[in-house]
Amino acid sequence: MLLYLIKRLLYVVPIALAVSAVCFSLVFLAPGDPLSAVLPADASTEMVEKLKADYGFDKPIPVQFARWVGRAVQGDLGTSIATGRPVAIEIGRAISNTFVLAFFACAIGFTLGLFFGTVAGYFQGTWIDKLVTAIAVAGVSVPHYWLGMVLVIVFSVVLNVLPAVGMGADGSSQWAWDWEHLRFVILPAITLSMIPTGIITRTVRALVADILAREFVAALRGKGLTDRGVFMHVVKNAGPTTLAVMGVQLGYLLGGSILVETVFSWPGTGFLLNTAIFQRDVPLLQGTILFLALFFVALNLIVDLLQTLIDPRIKRS
Amino acid sequence: MSAAPLVEVRDLAVSFSRGGQSIAAVNGVSFDLAAGEVMGVLGESGSGKSVTLRALLRLLPEHRTRIGGSVRVDGHDVLALRGRALDDYRGAVTSMIFQEPMLSFDPVFTIGRQIAESVKRHTGVDDKAARARALEMLDRVRIPSPARRLEAYPHEMSGGMRQRAMIALALACRPKLLLADEPTTALDATVQIQILLLLRELQQEFGMAVIFVTHDVGVAAEVSDRLGVMYAGRLVEIGPAVDVIESPSHPYTRGLLSSIVRGDMRGTRIEAIPGAPPDLAALPAGCSFAPRCAHVRPECLASVPPMRAATEDHAARCILVGPLAPA
Repeated sequence: MLLYLIKRLLYVVPIALAVSAVCFSLVFLAPGDPLSAVLPADASTEMVEKLKADYGFDKPIPVQFARWVGRAVQGDLGTSIATGRPVAIEIGRAISNTFVLAFFACAIGFTLGLFFGTVAGYFQGTWIDKLVTAIAVAGVSVPHYWLGMVLVIVFSVVLNVLPAVGMGADGSSQWAWDWEHLRFVILPAITLSMIPTGIITRTVRALVADILAREFVAALRGKGLTDRGVFMHVVKNAGPTTLAVMGVQLGYLLGGSILVETVFSWPGTGFLLNTAIFQRDVPLLQGTILFLALFFVALNLIVDLLQTLIDPRIKRS
Repeated sequence: MSAAPLVEVRDLAVSFSRGGQSIAAVNGVSFDLAAGEVMGVLGESGSGKSVTLRALLRLLPEHRTRIGGSVRVDGHDVLALRGRALDDYRGAVTSMIFQEPMLSFDPVFTIGRQIAESVKRHTGVDDKAARARALEMLDRVRIPSPARRLEAYPHEMSGGMRQRAMIALALACRPKLLLADEPTTALDATVQIQILLLLRELQQEFGMAVIFVTHDVGVAAEVSDRLGVMYAGRLVEIGPAVDVIESPSHPYTRGLLSSIVRGDMRGTRIEAIPGAPPDLAALPAGCSFAPRCAHVRPECLASVPPMRAATEDHAARCILVGPLAPA
């Protein structure tokens, strides 16, 4: 197991390098000059050159990349052009907000998904199954931003019970565990939970139905296990795949949703990314993308390791 | 054997509904089995032998299956059992060995845990005692280094070893009736013999009754005291194994026995039964073997022939056989 762990950790290094190279160069493919966004239109050539030199934009791209990686491993992702604050701090602030939102969305999505999926799997082919499947398909298919807007219209505009945007009164972006803040997270969390609900419902439904049809379930019943006893076996068999899917879903949510965070003006990473793109804030954009990409690499690693722990059939050596 | 038989099956009928169609898998099967007796059930695939076994343990999917008739095992009205009573019956009074041991163990639980689980369920002992029982059973079915095998997962064992473990699991709670659903079919020929010998030895040691379903005439002859032959969901012949094999009464049994390939038959023409088994969704009104039978008569097509006795304890469902069988 330890050897497997070390091996998996070593695999991460080349992946991380490749990912950062892609993140870095992608930005240069997009049109637009980062400095033109902050400089006045009549800025002198010397001023442009000076700024370019300050940000290192005058060097060849490979050199820029090497310097960027060199600083990135020390935790320095550069300075945001738009705000002048360190990129790492901007990301740190946004990521904690995104985590809050993702936490609630996952709590809703996983609970509903596991419940619906299990019920549908047990009642496969009945009207219950069909109803649940319809809900799951709707959850995956309905566009996020549209649902978000509908929720805002119903609960904020018509009923006026929940706030429409932001994450706290007076534009606060500091989370706290009280009702004043909780009310802000309800609508975006519900909106964001739709896709994990749908995906997990479908996954669990297929898994449970498949497991229940297997011969060993007949054997378990045949030796007198109660429904609860059989259910424990279903859980352990469905566990690894479900965990993997939940891990990926959690990853997506932690990565932040540009659409949902923008609709609800939730100051998370998606919102940050959106802002960075529109302001051509290259260091912020590169830093955020790199952070999110590495985040996914780490997430997949964790999911893989967890699966290995649970499922004895995955080879450990 | 003065007391009532251990197993009494009367007019067992099983049909599955599939897409509005009703498939009659078992059509009125009746037999008795005494405690400690081994009955072989011979038949080709689709003859209803496995379905009969599963009905005895109520393992058929409930919402798609209609079961009629009655099944009594050791005083339990099996078809009427519900909930907890059914769970108590399964595994303790009657247990089952399946055809494919790889598929009939949960792949993500250790063998030891799966045996202990059953022991705990039926005897209420603690983990330690259940594991001790599992170890004892693995030793009993002669699995080498059983203590280590307790911790093994099904995929870490060979086919024969898994079937031994399956037997250990099935016998862990000392059932009175063991249902064996083609337990050797999926195994290598050499392993088959070992498993058969082991089963016979354990059957004598534990004194349980066994219903052994197989399509292999040799295996059936090897293990059974009595032999039943099934065709299209009906028992067409039943009697002492020796009698059925040496003097088969039903034309189907004769056809089945003559289609076995033996070494001394080299060069001779093998007699196959012409035609194919009937469609279970549309059974003929009369004898279901009639369309393939060389001795068919008009009355065969009119109604299903009753069981007729060839000798005192040997009967067949054919009008050409001696007097009507009692019961």
